[in-house]
Amino acid sequence: MNTPIGFGTAALYALSLVFYVAYLYANKPRIGRIATACLAGGILLNFFNMVERARLVQSVPYQDLYGSMSLFAWLLGLTYLGLEVFHRQRSVGPFVLPFILVLFLVAEMGPSMPSSPPPARGSLFALHVTLNILAYSAFAISFVLSVIFLIQNHVLRERRPGATFWRYPSLETLERMSRSSVLVGIIALGIGIIFGFVWVHRIRGQIWEADAKEIASLAIWAIYCSYWWLSQTTAWRGARASYLSVLNFLVVIFSYTIVNVYLSNYHRYF
Amino acid sequence: MMSQKKSRRELVLVGLSHRTAPIELREQVAFDRARTEQLSRGLLANQIVAEIVVLSTCNRSELYAVQSEACPSDTSALESNFAAIHRITPDSLNGHLYRHRNGEVARHLYRVVASLDSQFLGEAEIQGQVRDAYLRALSLGMTGPVLNRLFQAALEVGKRVRAETGISTRPVSVAFAGVKLGERIFGDLKGHCALVVGAGAVAEQVVQHLRERGVSRLLVSSRTREHAEKLSQRFGGEIVPWELLSSLLAAPDVIVCSAASSERVVSRAMLEQAMKSRGNRPVFLIDLAIPRNIEPSASELYNVYLYNTDDLNGIVEENRRARAMEVPAVEGIIAQHIGKFEAWQAAAELAATWAGLSQEEKVKLIEARAEQIHPVSLEHRRRWIHQTSALLEAERDVDRSDASGRPGRMRSSMRALRILFGYGEERS
Repeated sequence: MNTPIGFGTAALYALSLVFYVAYLYANKPRIGRIATACLAGGILLNFFNMVERARLVQSVPYQDLYGSMSLFAWLLGLTYLGLEVFHRQRSVGPFVLPFILVLFLVAEMGPSMPSSPPPARGSLFALHVTLNILAYSAFAISFVLSVIFLIQNHVLRERRPGATFWRYPSLETLERMSRSSVLVGIIALGIGIIFGFVWVHRIRGQIWEADAKEIASLAIWAIYCSYWWLSQTTAWRGARASYLSVLNFLVVIFSYTIVNVYLSNYHRYF
Repeated sequence: MMSQKKSRRELVLVGLSHRTAPIELREQVAFDRARTEQLSRGLLANQIVAEIVVLSTCNRSELYAVQSEACPSDTSALESNFAAIHRITPDSLNGHLYRHRNGEVARHLYRVVASLDSQFLGEAEIQGQVRDAYLRALSLGMTGPVLNRLFQAALEVGKRVRAETGISTRPVSVAFAGVKLGERIFGDLKGHCALVVGAGAVAEQVVQHLRERGVSRLLVSSRTREHAEKLSQRFGGEIVPWELLSSLLAAPDVIVCSAASSERVVSRAMLEQAMKSRGNRPVFLIDLAIPRNIEPSASELYNVYLYNTDDLNGIVEENRRARAMEVPAVEGIIAQHIGKFEAWQAAAELAATWAGLSQEEKVKLIEARAEQIHPVSLEHRRRWIHQTSALLEAERDVDRSDASGRPGRMRSSMRALRILFGYGEERS
């Protein structure tokens, strides 16, 4: 926590997590509203935190891995908030907030040093990065929803519902929410990839460089498209599709970490 | 000229419930609309009570009343009228009636509305019953400031208890648990199709709940045609011939089985076939029959959720325990509101005492009090006298109906009392 804003953001995210968990157990609407308010405050501070980081490094805030994680946390919070408002469902919050909090904390722990500016400039590039991270956020939420689906499905099949069982959304709602957030992810990733190709064509004169990250991103796009399609078919509908969504997200994590750091030539941080 | 200086109007409760009286007696003293009105009018006309609300449900018959000033302070007049209206002797109520006063009345009503006094903890119906009883009395003009305050607070308690504690979140009847589980799978049951196989009390309850939740299509099948016809008439369903049952299993999302049959009605193979034709969309089965209608191994099929009577009973039992654990939280909310009510009642009594004084007595009191006040400044003292005489002015034309009917007046006289006696300053 380098700055007061960073500290404030982390504190608000942590508080929000506490209230979401309390809401799940106590089921008091007021606690739920406090949780949402804390999250909204955290998102706001996170934004200023990124602005400050950008000013410090004299570049875009996602110049390094840590900056891009901060952006990831921010977009994840924003996507989840949108989902919560759209579906009027707070019970998923306790599962999303840990992701946001960890992403943000890791981002804050890292150094934010000015680095030599690569040609990572321009609005096209900014859109490329933002849209791709937005897609990752949407996929993360679909992952969380699928995990809850699998837990609820397990409880229903075992016929032993516990205290929190009655508070989660129904299986159909979870499936629908997961599918709608995957759709957002597919669209964002699709456009993001196209912007990437356009941008790379602009600076290097060619589109396909066979970079590991390019291959991984296209693969992720393809596996999520297949989830989108399979989750409506006879054989896959239900738990199987949710397992697929969980597996798909593991590929996203692989792409975000291993591919970024070790395999890609120029996609280092996002 | 006011002769009676002390005008204490006690809030009393006389009643009996499933905890104190057997069902035979409760049947005898149940109030219908006409009796409620007859008793209330009689009590008000004879100046036995100043305000009254009759609460009558299948578990209880209770009179909430504010005794009028003329009436003796015990509840015997109330009790004899209570017995007379039901044409029973007062003796037959002996040992079954409970009587409460003031704060205890509030405690009792708050507990009732919070369902702590119900047969099933957390049941929702009582809230509506209390509201209806109160609104009826209100519309007939039989309530006054005390009962208005009491019942409005009680309804608030009921609302808070259900919103802020888990006392009514988890289903505690087999039928309702079944429907709630269905909702965990499908969410909104609107637009879904249900099938009932056979007939039985619990199955009918399930169907009732399903209908209330907007199930769009109801199929009914029974070996005996009359059963099927009765059910379909009652709930508006389509009759499916028993022989065609297996071919129709693909349509419903919820299947309730309650047929008296020694062999299985729905086999695993039948369900497997049905799942194929419905594209593996989930299906929820409730098997209420013993012996069971549905082959138990069908629960292993993909996207099939099968619950039998024991499963549902286990859930209900578990939920009952969970509800019982919420009782302390409910009691906490009740205690808060009792405190509020008692404070209000004490203040209202003080206001009533004030109203009962003659003009000269009031002036004397104010002057005596003015003597005691240390004259901080002339201005201070003048302001104080100005305020209290404003109170006197206001008081002069406050007749009883005004005081009871207009909270604004009540408030202004309360404010003046606070100035005069320093009452309630610590509390506000």
